Amino acid sequence: MININDIMETVTMISHENLDIRTVTMGISLLDCADSDINKSCDKIYEKITRLAGNLVKVGCDIEKEYGIPIINKRISVTPIAMLAAASGGDPVKYAKALQKAADATGVNFIGGYSALVHKGFSAGDENLIRSIPEALSITNNICSSVNIGSTKSGINMDAVKLMGQIIRQSAALTKDKNCIGPAKLVVFCNAPEDNPFMAGAFHGTGEPDCVIHVGVSGPGVVHSALKRCPDGDLGDVAEVIKRTAFKITRMGQLVGTEASKRLGVPFGIVDLSLAPTPAVGDSVARILEEMGLESCGTHGTTAALALLNDAVKKGGVMASSSVGGLSGAFIPVSEDAGMIEAARNGDLKIEKLEAMTAVCSVGLDMIVIPGDTPCETISAIIADEAAIGMVNSKTTAVRVIPAIGRKQGEELNFGGLLGEGPVMPLNLDKSPAKFINRGGRIPAPMQSLKN
Amino acid sequence: MKTIISVIGKDTVGIISKVSAVCSKYNVNIVDITQSVLQDILVMVMLTEISELSCSFSDFSDEMKQLGTNLGLDIRVMHEDIFNSMHRI
Repeated sequence: MININDIMETVTMISHENLDIRTVTMGISLLDCADSDINKSCDKIYEKITRLAGNLVKVGCDIEKEYGIPIINKRISVTPIAMLAAASGGDPVKYAKALQKAADATGVNFIGGYSALVHKGFSAGDENLIRSIPEALSITNNICSSVNIGSTKSGINMDAVKLMGQIIRQSAALTKDKNCIGPAKLVVFCNAPEDNPFMAGAFHGTGEPDCVIHVGVSGPGVVHSALKRCPDGDLGDVAEVIKRTAFKITRMGQLVGTEASKRLGVPFGIVDLSLAPTPAVGDSVARILEEMGLESCGTHGTTAALALLNDAVKKGGVMASSSVGGLSGAFIPVSEDAGMIEAARNGDLKIEKLEAMTAVCSVGLDMIVIPGDTPCETISAIIADEAAIGMVNSKTTAVRVIPAIGRKQGEELNFGGLLGEGPVMPLNLDKSPAKFINRGGRIPAPMQSLKN
Repeated sequence: MKTIISVIGKDTVGIISKVSAVCSKYNVNIVDITQSVLQDILVMVMLTEISELSCSFSDFSDEMKQLGTNLGLDIRVMHEDIFNSMHRI
């Protein structure tokens, strides 16, 4: 029989250290649903999603029960809707309504893919869809949206960056009565991955199969507990502990992914090796960094500690899975991480440090509440800075900021649930980047040699 | 299919008997048992074969959980593959 200590280790990870599968996400291609009549296209979408994902929630719950491992979210990602909007024309919000209807019918937590890929320019459907995002997010509950505005190979589409600053603000204004929840469901990407199972940025890329199952693992609490058992080791030892833990977590993700794929009769895609925090106590990435020896997340040394963590998670996870993809790394969503919320409240964690952290971690400026009077151009400039980090370093970066309409620094927004709560973080609003943003055009793709 | 039943909590008289009774009620064969007691805390692990289970897995798991609640113990029924995949290469 398996060693009793190994059994107890697994049981403790689940019962006391918040180990869970964060998401089982079914990617569905909607390319064959495109129709020149938008109503027909919406009907086909509803039919295809409910046909393929009708059993997704049940299978997820069955696996959860049998293996005793919580699966927090069951989600769907779809082909960027801008492609269907290009074929059909008409009001893209109809698609959002059709997706919401499909989400209700299948019982999934979220459907991601109300998206457009405009890193080099807008094609038919793209701009219409982007302009409809605020309304789409305000009238739906379970739909997520993302826009890719840059890539290492094509540069940054600054016209799209400018537009997204306005869209984020409009989206917050339209959901002012619901704690500005709109932009919490909207991500602006540079180098967006096509197989990401995590929201709000999940969409089903055009290079993916017709239908596929991706899994996102979690487990900051497990890594934190493992590090507590290594209080005096050097940083080589710390990296080793993280690698071993990440290996175990990922093996579980691989098991759940293959099992879900078998039961649903859908090919298995990837495991996303992420450390995804939640606001729950003991499920924080910031606490891992503090366990390494920082007095508070956000102080000098945070970027280095995060770089070590991110790299060790990948090294440990890669061997544990047949196929790794998505965002893979440590997430740093401020409002979703108890340690980061505290550091932001205390003023130890500032947006400049968060920006530096995004150069070495999984995604980007994530779930950051900003002052309600932040000008659109400043939001665009935040996006441009973040996209530049991603573009130059050949990595995914993203921005998910929430303008707290009517609130100022010192006040807070509470989204509830996994999205958490956070203080309004100070920005540099004294000087304006408006002229730079209003120039528009494209920042050319960077050199890939002469790396200095 | 094999499952691992893990029991953690304060040691009292009759725990194995009560857990075994539920196994027997649903035609679950106990393949192996290991236990250790540290400072009154019991950790018991049972390897069981449930291919002849006479109810649904969900009902069996729920009844074990309920038994745990009644006895003030944490009882979990989990597929053995989760332990195999995590601890064996």
